[in-house]
Amino acid sequence: MADEKSNAEAYWKANVRLITGCLIVWALVSYGCAILLRPLLSSIPVGGTDLGFWFAQQGSILAFIGLIFFYAWKMNRLDKQYGLEE
Amino acid sequence: MSQFAINILFVGASFALYIGIAIWAKAGSTKDFYVAGGGVHPITNGMAIGADWMSAASFISMAGLIAAGGYANSTFLMGWTGGYVLLALLLAPYLRKFGKFTVPEFIGDRFYSRTARMVAVVCLIVASLTYVIGQMAGAGVAFSRFLEVDATTGLIIAAVVVFFYSVLGGMKGITYTQVAQYIVLIVAYTIPAVFISLELTGNPLPPLGLFSDHSASGEPLLSKLNEVVTALGFDAYTAMVDNKLNMVLFTLSLMIGTAGLPHVIMRFFTVPKVADARWSAGWALVFIGLLYLTAPAVASMARLNLMTTIYPDMAGQVENYDAAASNAIAYGDRPDWIRTWEETGLITFEDKNNDGNIQFYNDGADFEDRGWEGNELTVNNDILVLANPEIANLPSWVIGLIAAGGLAAALSTAAGLLLAISSAISHDLIKGAINPGITERGELKAARISMSIAIVVATYLGANPPGFAAQVVALAFGIAAASLFPVLMMGIFSKRVNNKGAIAGMLSGLTFTLVYIFIYKGWFFIPGTNNLADTPENWVLGISPLSIGAVGAIINFAVAYLVSKSSEEPPREIQELVESVRYPKGAGGAVNH
Repeated sequence: MADEKSNAEAYWKANVRLITGCLIVWALVSYGCAILLRPLLSSIPVGGTDLGFWFAQQGSILAFIGLIFFYAWKMNRLDKQYGLEE
Repeated sequence: MSQFAINILFVGASFALYIGIAIWAKAGSTKDFYVAGGGVHPITNGMAIGADWMSAASFISMAGLIAAGGYANSTFLMGWTGGYVLLALLLAPYLRKFGKFTVPEFIGDRFYSRTARMVAVVCLIVASLTYVIGQMAGAGVAFSRFLEVDATTGLIIAAVVVFFYSVLGGMKGITYTQVAQYIVLIVAYTIPAVFISLELTGNPLPPLGLFSDHSASGEPLLSKLNEVVTALGFDAYTAMVDNKLNMVLFTLSLMIGTAGLPHVIMRFFTVPKVADARWSAGWALVFIGLLYLTAPAVASMARLNLMTTIYPDMAGQVENYDAAASNAIAYGDRPDWIRTWEETGLITFEDKNNDGNIQFYNDGADFEDRGWEGNELTVNNDILVLANPEIANLPSWVIGLIAAGGLAAALSTAAGLLLAISSAISHDLIKGAINPGITERGELKAARISMSIAIVVATYLGANPPGFAAQVVALAFGIAAASLFPVLMMGIFSKRVNNKGAIAGMLSGLTFTLVYIFIYKGWFFIPGTNNLADTPENWVLGISPLSIGAVGAIINFAVAYLVSKSSEEPPREIQELVESVRYPKGAGGAVNH
C-alpha cells in the first residue's frame, strides 16, 4: 500500500535526520571542543585548566550520555507518531 | 585479620556469589544460551553491558595511562565511551529488530553470502581471542599480587570459575553474574577514589574534586599537578597535543572499534524490544560513565600523591620547586606500599648517583646541576589503581575490595568474549555451514563444548602470552573498526551495498589495517620482522599504527560502495529485509508490498 510505504519512508527520513543531528553534536563535543578547538577555548578557565581539557576528560562523556537518552526518547515518540512501535 | 586473609575473604565471597548465580541461571535452550531467553530488562542489561565492556584495561590500566599521559591520553576516555553513541544510533536497535543470535548471522543474511558470514566469523574470533588473552593475563596479575599464588595457578582458578558459570548458564548465567560483577567493580573503584578526593581536595565526589582546589596548597589541583610535574622535567599534565590528526584518528578508531566489538553488540540481543535496545545503550553508558568520570580524577590525584610521597616538600605551598626537588625521601625510608610492589617487580629502584635518596623524574630531562644522574624509580602504570588504597593509607578491607573488583572486571569481560567466540563456532560455523540439520540439543551441546575449548585456549595463551600482549587490545579494536563496524552499518543504512561489495570492503579494510600494524609492530607480531621502527617520524602523516583502524574503516566503506555501485543491486527480498530491520513494528510485517 502506497500510504504505508510513504509513511515508513517519512519515518526513516526523520530518523536519519535525527541521527545526523545527534552525530554532529557527538563530533562537536569530542573532536571539536576536546581536541581541534581546544586552542580556541583555552581562554575559558575551568578549575585550574581550560574548557577543552574539561570536555576531553568529562564534558564529552556527559554529552554522550545525554545524546543517547535524547535519541531514545525522541525515537520512541517517532515510533508512536508513525504507528510503527512494537 | 591479616591482609592476606581479608583478600581471600573478599575474593572468595565474590566467587561464591558468581557460582551461586550460575546454578540459579542454568540455560535450558539455545535461546537461553545465546540471548538469555531474550527477556532481560534494559537497566539490567545496561549494567551487564557495563561489566561486559569494562575490562582489566578499564579497571586496572586506564587510570595509569591517563596519569602518565595527562590530557593526551583523554583519547581513551572519549574513545571508549563515544562508541556507545554509535552503537545506540547506528547499530543496536536494528540488529535487535533483526532478531537473530549472532553478528556474523546478520552479515551472512543481509549480504546473502556464506563467504561474508565466514569472513565475519574469522574477524570475530581473531578480535575476541586477542582481547581475551589480555583479560586472562590481567586476572593472573591480580591473583599473584593479592592472593600470593603464582600467576598460572591464579589463571587456572579464574578459568574454573568462568567455566562454571559460562558453560552452565551461557548468556543467561553471564548476564546475571555480570550484573553482580558490575556492582563489585564499581564499588571497589569508587570507594578509594572518594577517600583520596576527600583527602586531597575535601570534595567527596572525585569528578568534582578533579576541578577543585588542592587543600594542602590552596591552588587548583590541576595547576598544582602541572607545577609539580614540570619541576621534575615532565610535560605539563594539561599540555596541548601537537599531532591533532593522530589524536582524532586514535579516538575515532577506539569509538568505531567499540561499536564493532561483537561481544558488546550481542548483549543488545537479550532485551525484549527495539525501544529497550535504545534505552539499554543509555543505561550502559550511565553505568560505564560512573567509572569513566572517576578515572581521570583517580589518575591526577594518584600522580600527585606519588610525586609528593617521593618529594614531601612539594606537598604544600611551594616557594621554590628546585629546593623542594632536592629533598627527596631516602630509599631506606620508603613507605611500605613501595616495598610490597617492589616484590612483584612492578616498581624498581636503582641508586644511580649513590646518594641513598630516590630521584624520580623525567629521564630525558637534564638535571645534572641537581646532582642527578638519571631517573632511579620505575613505576609500572598498571599498579596505580591497585596500589591506590595503600598509597592513601586506606583500611585493609578496601584493598581486599580492590582485589575482588579487578578480578570482577577481568572475568566479566572474559566471559562475554568467550561467549561471542563459542556462539560464532556453534551457531555460525557448525549450524550455519558444517551441519545445518543439527538439533536444538545438539547445538546447545556444541555451544558448551566450544565454550570449554575457548576457555582452555584462552587460559593457555593467558599463561603463555605470545609476546605481543601489550599490542593485542589495539589489534582487537583495529579489526573490529576496519572490518565489522562498516559492513554492519552499511547493511542497515544502504539497500544498495551487495554481497560483493561487503566482502571486498571487509577484506580490504582488514588487510590494510593489519599490514599497516605489521609494518611497524612486526609481521604477526614476531619481534624483529617490522619494516620500519615504530616511531612518530616513520608514521605516514604522523598516524600511529594504533590509530589506523579508523582509516581502515574509511577504506572499507569506500571499497564496498564502489564495488556495489559497479555490480548488480541486491535481490528484492534482501531490500525488504533491510526495510524490516529499519522499522520496529512486527516481525517483518512493517513493509507491505
